[in-house]
Amino acid sequence: MTLKESEKEKARSRWASGVIPYKEMGYWVPDYEVKETDVIAAFRFVPQEGIEPEEAAAAIAGESSTATWTVVWTDRLTSYENYQAKAFRVDPVPGTDQYIAYIAYDIDLFEEGSIANMASSIVGNVFGFKALKSLRLEDLRIPLHYIKTFQGPPHGIVMERELLNKYGRPLLGATVKPKLGLTARNYGRVVYEALRGGLDFTKDDENTNSQPFQRWRDRYLYVMEAVHKAMAETGEIKGHYLNVTAATMEDIYERAEFAKELGSVIIMIDLTVGFSAIQSMAKWARKNSMILHLHRAMHSTFTRQKTHGINFRVIAKWMRMAGVDHLHAGTVVGKLEGDPNITRGYYKTLREHKVEADPTMGLYFAQDWGSMPGVMPVASGGIHAGQVHQLLHLFGDDVVLQFGGGTIGHPMGIAAGATANRVAVEAMVKARNEGRDILNEGPEILERAARFSPALRAALDVWKDVTFDFASTDTPDVTVTPTF
Amino acid sequence: MSFRLTQGTFSYLPDLTDEEIAKQVQYALDRGWAINIEFTDDPHPRNVYWDMWGLPMFDLQDPSAVLYEIQKCREAYPNHYIRVSAYDRSYGRQTIALQFIVHRPKHELGFHVIRQEVRDRQIRYTLHSYATDRPKGERYVD
Repeated sequence: MTLKESEKEKARSRWASGVIPYKEMGYWVPDYEVKETDVIAAFRFVPQEGIEPEEAAAAIAGESSTATWTVVWTDRLTSYENYQAKAFRVDPVPGTDQYIAYIAYDIDLFEEGSIANMASSIVGNVFGFKALKSLRLEDLRIPLHYIKTFQGPPHGIVMERELLNKYGRPLLGATVKPKLGLTARNYGRVVYEALRGGLDFTKDDENTNSQPFQRWRDRYLYVMEAVHKAMAETGEIKGHYLNVTAATMEDIYERAEFAKELGSVIIMIDLTVGFSAIQSMAKWARKNSMILHLHRAMHSTFTRQKTHGINFRVIAKWMRMAGVDHLHAGTVVGKLEGDPNITRGYYKTLREHKVEADPTMGLYFAQDWGSMPGVMPVASGGIHAGQVHQLLHLFGDDVVLQFGGGTIGHPMGIAAGATANRVAVEAMVKARNEGRDILNEGPEILERAARFSPALRAALDVWKDVTFDFASTDTPDVTVTPTF
Repeated sequence: MSFRLTQGTFSYLPDLTDEEIAKQVQYALDRGWAINIEFTDDPHPRNVYWDMWGLPMFDLQDPSAVLYEIQKCREAYPNHYIRVSAYDRSYGRQTIALQFIVHRPKHELGFHVIRQEVRDRQIRYTLHSYATDRPKGERYVD
C-alpha cells in the first residue's frame, strides 16, 4: 500500500457509519500549536474505569464542540477542522485519580459579547457525559480578541473611587441584619446608623427582594432617607446596594429606575438572575451612571467541590467580561470557604490588567485583560475589626471589606460598630504606609488605636478570639510554604 | 456632638501631626506619586475641584518641601480645609492613590438635608452646606 492509499484508508474509516473513538475523530491533537486567538480550557476530570485519559480528554473536547455520539456525514459539509475543539495535553494530578486536560477552541465557536453562549459551549452538555466520573472546569484562557467584544464593568475600580471621592484605603460595608423580617422603616434605621458611624456602604442581602414583610418600594424609600441623612452627618458620599433582583427583566428594570430616581449611587443583583440578565444590567448601569454590585448567590453549588463544577476563577472572568463593578470573592479569614492562595488568584483575576500563570494560586493561564477595567472584589462573611491587619495584608486597598455582624452586633450599637471598623482600617493603613510590619504588629497597632476609640476597644474585646479555622475543600494542586 | 468632616483616609483618627504627615508623603514619594495640595471652604462631598495651592509637585525626593507648602497654605487659609492628594499616573490607574485632610477650620459647620416632597411618597434630596450660605472666603471664622 502506498502512503497515499493508507491515508485514504484512514479517511474511509473516519467517516464510516457507526461509533468510533473521539481520539480518532480529530479531538485529540497532541502536537497542536495553540493560536493566540484560541480559547483554552483546563478541565479536571476523572475517567470511568477502563477509559484512557487521552480518550476522555478527546471526548470532553468533542462534546463541548462539534461532536455527537456517532459519525455524521454532515460534518463533511463543514470546514470541521476549524470547529473541532482539540485536546492537546493531559497531565495526571499526583496522588489522585484525577487528570487535567487542556483543550483549545477556535474563537469562531463563540458569539461575540455573549457569556451565555460561551457557557453553553464549554460547560453546556459535557458535564453529564457518562464516560466521565467527574468533571470540573478549572480555568479559561480568553484571548484579548474575544475579551474586546464585551463591555466589561460599567465603571470599574478607578471610576468607582472617583465617583465616591474615596482613595487610598479599603472601602467598608455591612449587610443589614437580620436579612429577613425587618419592616422597611426598621431596616432604614440600621442603614442610617451604620453609614453615619463610618461605613461607606450598606447592603441588601441576596434574598432581600420584595417579600410580604417588606416590599421593595418601601425599602428603597426608607433606605434612601437613611443614606442622605448619613451623608449630611459626615460630609461623605454614602451608598446602599439596593437589590433589584426580581422575577422578570421588566421588574428588575422598574426597581433599578426607581433606585436611580431616589439618588442611589449603587444597585445590586444576584448571580441567580442569570448571565444574560447580568449583561443587560451592566449596560443599564453604564448608561445610568450606577455602580453595579453582584452577589454570587448560588455559586458554591458548583464552585466548591474540587472534582465537580466550575472553579470560581472562571465565574470571576465571566463576570468581569459581562460587566459588574463589585463581586464577592472571599475573605480567607471569615466564615465562608476560601484557601488563601486560591482566593488571591481570584483577586488578581478581578483587579489586574495582565495576570501571569501561577499554579500556586490556581491560575492555569496568563490572562491579558487589555484596558478592561478591574472589578472591585468584596470580602464578606464573618470578618471583624480584629482581623483588619490580615485583611489589609491579603487584599490591599482595592477591596470592599464588609462587616455585617461585626458592625450590627457591636455592644455599643450599630454606629459604634461602624466606627470601630473604620478606625481599625484607617489606623492599619496609616501604619502600613509608615512602613510598619502590619501582619506581625497588627494586634498591637489595633490596641494602640483602641486607646482613643472606645468603639474599637469594645469590638476587640467582644470578637478578639473569633476565627473560622476549617480546612478548605478546594486547594491548589501545587502548594507553597505559607507566608503567614 | 459637633460636626467633623470625614472625607479623606485618616479622618477617623486624631488629626495627623506634621511628622505623621511627612511619613505618609514619604510613602507616596517612594512610589513615584505626585503630590497635590488643595484647599476649600466648600467641602460638599461632590465638590471635586478644590482650589489648588500651586501646581502638583512631581519628582520630589523629600517630604519637607510638601510640609513647607502645607504650612504656607495653612497661614494663607487658616479657616479652610486643606487636603493632600498623591497621584498615581501609572497605566490602568491614572487616578488619586491616597488623599487625606491635613487642616480643618476651627469650627466645622456641616450639612443638612433639604427634602423636596414630590408625588408617591418620593423625596428629592439635596445636601446643603451651612458654610456656603456666605460668600467664598467668609464661610468659616474663629
